Amino acid sequence: MNDYALVNKEFFRALEAGELIGSKCLDCGEFSIPQREICPFCHSTNIEVVTFSGKGKLVAYTVISVPPVKMAQAGYDSKNPYCVGIVELAEGPRISAQILEMDLAHPEAIAIGTELVMTTIQREEDGVQKAYLAFKPA
Amino acid sequence: MSKSKWSRGVAVVGAGMSRFGAFPDKTSRDLFVEAFKDLNKNMDKALDPKKIEAFYLGNFSSDQFEKQAHLAPILASWLGLSPISAVRVEDACASGGVAIRQAALAIASGEYDVVLVGGLEKMTDLRISEVTEALGTAADTQFEIPAGFTFPGFYAAMATAYLHEYGADRNAFFDVAIKNHKNGALNDKAQFEQTIEQIMEDKKARAVQKGRPEPTWKTDLEFLQDPKGNPNVAWPMTLFDCSPVSDGAAMALLVSEDLAKQFSHHPIYLIGSGQASDGALPERATLSSIPAAEKAGKQAYEMAGLTPDDIDLAEVHDCFTVAEIMASEDLGFFPRGEGWKAAMEGKTARDGEHPINTSGGLKAKGHPVGASGVGQVVEIWKQLNGLAGERQLPNAPKIGLTHNVGGSGQTCVVNIFERRD
Ligand SMILES: [Zn+2]
Repeated sequence: MNDYALVNKEFFRALEAGELIGSKCLDCGEFSIPQREICPFCHSTNIEVVTFSGKGKLVAYTVISVPPVKMAQAGYDSKNPYCVGIVELAEGPRISAQILEMDLAHPEAIAIGTELVMTTIQREEDGVQKAYLAFKPA
Repeated sequence: MSKSKWSRGVAVVGAGMSRFGAFPDKTSRDLFVEAFKDLNKNMDKALDPKKIEAFYLGNFSSDQFEKQAHLAPILASWLGLSPISAVRVEDACASGGVAIRQAALAIASGEYDVVLVGGLEKMTDLRISEVTEALGTAADTQFEIPAGFTFPGFYAAMATAYLHEYGADRNAFFDVAIKNHKNGALNDKAQFEQTIEQIMEDKKARAVQKGRPEPTWKTDLEFLQDPKGNPNVAWPMTLFDCSPVSDGAAMALLVSEDLAKQFSHHPIYLIGSGQASDGALPERATLSSIPAAEKAGKQAYEMAGLTPDDIDLAEVHDCFTVAEIMASEDLGFFPRGEGWKAAMEGKTARDGEHPINTSGGLKAKGHPVGASGVGQVVEIWKQLNGLAGERQLPNAPKIGLTHNVGGSGQTCVVNIFERRD
């Protein structure tokens, strides 16, 4: 249990504080990230907000050379690509995040199953610095 | 045994499309009229537009691409169909296939006898980064897009999961692109009416023309394997793994089964239909398949009373090459983990055991997203009626399937069509 409320925007407030939050269903025990007011597994509304350990492993990834507008604004392009992937948290649920400290010149060598730990990356969006979810090798 | 719960059957009595491509001098209305004229030209009995009772439009985002929302009544008016009911259906890149299904359900319910279905997207007026941004709104814009994902990125991530799970050869993706371009080269409506070999030879010739050293690619596969010819977009998806950004419109005329012969000597019948949804990519138990596609396919097979081996040809949603391989497994043409081998062995070519995307698919024909699902029906209608010209399948195909995916698999709709003699 933590002090965050069970609404979507709290996920980003927690991220600014370096915390990764989600929810746990008190009826079936399943975790969700981002947090859900209705358990997607058993439809219970008996839910609490939890802070995850931030440990996980890589289950899928890509190295992007053609970025969308906001990533281009942050300085990424074909000469400066970035890795984004799906991370399975130690507690079970999965989330999309930027993956840092990978060998971007050899994307085929990035290993599914790599142990990761949560961090954040500051990116500028419309002139404002914001914390985004990222993971790096543990 | 067929297990249809529909109150009555539905037939497709005509189909047509604009050319797909990049048309800076045309608006979406021009393309839509072009598709309607093509449908009229293709009909073997003249269509009286006054008989059309309702219009369903598959369109993903004219609001973003053209700054024009509420497009269905405008297009209905442009065809002279006002004041009939005009509805826009949006399920991202599956909008067209869903519009077909919604129109069919409206006929099956008894509400309408004659319904026009259109699919439309005008995408090329925006810059490529803006197109990427607009397409991104079909994903979860709170939790997936801020992570840095793009649409090629989603399918690329699924591709890494697929390669990892099955130890697949990445060249299988290139074989899908080569095969679909070979089919597209025989389709005069296709954005790329060209094989990859022809594109490669053009690039070589241009290099020589500009006084640069001639690239040394000997085969289409060598060309695709060279980042200088085929740059990375979202590894392992390269430029030639991606369907293009396109403008285009497609159309089909659906009527109740009992009226079919009044409208055409050679109707085809919609005998199976299914649709399913899903959450965002991280919520799924598997990343090497699209569960909504498997579910939609099962519903459609069950309604039709058919199995995957009964399907003579399929138009599947190859927005990215890996998507065609996953589709060939989700639809049961090949066992899990075998789709990549089937692609490399030519089993999905026009002369293979499960021909896929004889039109060139989204890859070569083009992917004006809201039009794609209806464009698939145009190809099935042509193939089942022996009207597909040089790319016509031999042996008079009887059963055709369309598989249309929205987003990274949040929506999938499958429709099965039958020719009756
Ligand atoms: Zn629960």
